[in-house]
Amino acid sequence: MKIVVCVKQVPDTKGGVKFNPDGTLDRGAMLTIMNPDDKAGLEAALRLKDQYGAEVTVVTMGLPKAEEVLREAMAMGADKGILVTDRVLGGADTWATSQTLAGAIRNLEYDLIITGRQAIDGDTAQVGPQISEHLGIPVISYAQKIQIEGDSVIVERQYDDRYHVLKAKMPCLITALAELNEPRYMTPGGIFDAYNAEITVWGRANLVDVEDSNLGLKGSPTQIAKASDKVRKGAGEKVVLDPTESVEYIIDKLKAKHVI
Amino acid sequence: MNIQDYKGVFVFAQQVDNVLSGIALELVGKGKDLAKDLDTEVTAVLVGSDVKGLADELAEYGADKVIVVDDPELKEYRTEPYAHALSSVINEFKPEIFLVGATAIGRDLGPRVSARIHTGLTADCTQLDIGDFPINPIPGREQLHNQLLMTRPAFGGNTIATIACPDFRPQMATVRPGVMQKAPREEGKKAVVVEFNPGFTPNDKYVEILEVVKAVSDVADIMDAKILVSGGRGVGSPENFKILEELAEVLGGTVSCSRAVVDAGWKPKDLQVGQTGKTVRPNVYFAIGISGAIQHVAGMEEADIIVAINKDETAPIFDVADYGIVGDLNKIVPALTERLKAEMAAK
Repeated sequence: MKIVVCVKQVPDTKGGVKFNPDGTLDRGAMLTIMNPDDKAGLEAALRLKDQYGAEVTVVTMGLPKAEEVLREAMAMGADKGILVTDRVLGGADTWATSQTLAGAIRNLEYDLIITGRQAIDGDTAQVGPQISEHLGIPVISYAQKIQIEGDSVIVERQYDDRYHVLKAKMPCLITALAELNEPRYMTPGGIFDAYNAEITVWGRANLVDVEDSNLGLKGSPTQIAKASDKVRKGAGEKVVLDPTESVEYIIDKLKAKHVI
Repeated sequence: MNIQDYKGVFVFAQQVDNVLSGIALELVGKGKDLAKDLDTEVTAVLVGSDVKGLADELAEYGADKVIVVDDPELKEYRTEPYAHALSSVINEFKPEIFLVGATAIGRDLGPRVSARIHTGLTADCTQLDIGDFPINPIPGREQLHNQLLMTRPAFGGNTIATIACPDFRPQMATVRPGVMQKAPREEGKKAVVVEFNPGFTPNDKYVEILEVVKAVSDVADIMDAKILVSGGRGVGSPENFKILEELAEVLGGTVSCSRAVVDAGWKPKDLQVGQTGKTVRPNVYFAIGISGAIQHVAGMEEADIIVAINKDETAPIFDVADYGIVGDLNKIVPALTERLKAEMAAK
């Protein structure tokens, strides 16, 4: 079985957020981590590899620095890492990003594609389903359990008040929730090997069946009209009262706000 | 694409088990406002099996028109047939705006549809306005009018971005549930009902539903809770969370917690609020014995009302709390629960 996992290097938002003058994110200026949902997707792929045997290829799109998440993935047990990086791909929205990743994945053989549900920087949850649409394969998003049965995959798919047990014929794309599992740690041997491993680097020329007009900032249907630091609402009241008065204070406030 | 051909505001009227979801009526309400600004109509798109009967309810909440896509293949939500239904409606009726709820269904369906018809999709909007793009005139660049300006939080809640989709139609957004207002119900109001079926032929993209498990998982999703009673290390022990559970119960709320509590093994990770846990936006968030590290605050500061109880008056949680009480949670929380019980009983 061949599994492609898409991962994203994301700013660790606790380090603060910085912008370019055009309102896009200045990714170079922030500390980074592997996106948590993607890491769960990678872990799911590695468990399938442990259980059924599989070749796990990790793909990321980003700045050259995004190679770091590929090495981390390989230190966890992924077999190959592919970095898609090119100046013309910058400033992409989810449409252009999914076009890029689909264009890269068309070079690969796959039975399963696993992405995280969403990235903590954009929180859109769009790129996975959009890749599946471009590739013409089924998508099962919000996976909380994944099993293989013959040429099909059986997935528990979470909804608000229920879950569905879904069966899809492979190839299929699955988006993973961080709750899916607890990702393994990198092993010392894995780190050593990953440090020396070769990372495949692809640019625009390696993307298959993608028009220039669908790439980068120019290929993005959505455009930023305005971006600003969030105005935090700041502190409200703070009181020091005895317990009985404290309770009355809270009751009064809940009544005033029509909570009770 | 000729943008001038696209007219009207359409909303996806999500139903589950043939009951309209709250977001359906919220979107009709918001769609009506936007339609008024654009001098056009709001159309609800109802997709399912045997759902035509829901059209009247959509009309009473303000829909001018209801397009019904009714087919046995649409009984339970599945990505492919629903995406086919919506894309076919868009191609046939050409709306200028299409809104979908940012629910587990809408966040799966929206991207698939936007990719199929090639337009932009802005996720999880909390505000929608009609306005100019660019917002301020830029010399040498045409300023477009009557654009949908879609505002959403991003980057872990650190920023707010307003997005436009000037060159593609429809302008699509998923809208966070609970943010937009339903219009008042007008009993007996009718809408124009149009039935439309583009034909549904199962293929490999139609996944098979083996089982539908409605039993709510053992823990309620804290992201859906209207009231969260959240505990931190200051609660002291896993056993002592009982006093939080009792408070949550009397308020019809749910218990959540900080990362320290998960790391200590007191509560499962599903209940963790914060940057590495879940982002929540309840009506009321009780932060009890939570110091309020920035990573925690990033996950809960969007709550409408934040009530903090902490014995340390310098705790950073007081910097974001609307109502901060410096005191002993072991005394205040049980007393509050008893007082609320009396309050509820009196009603």
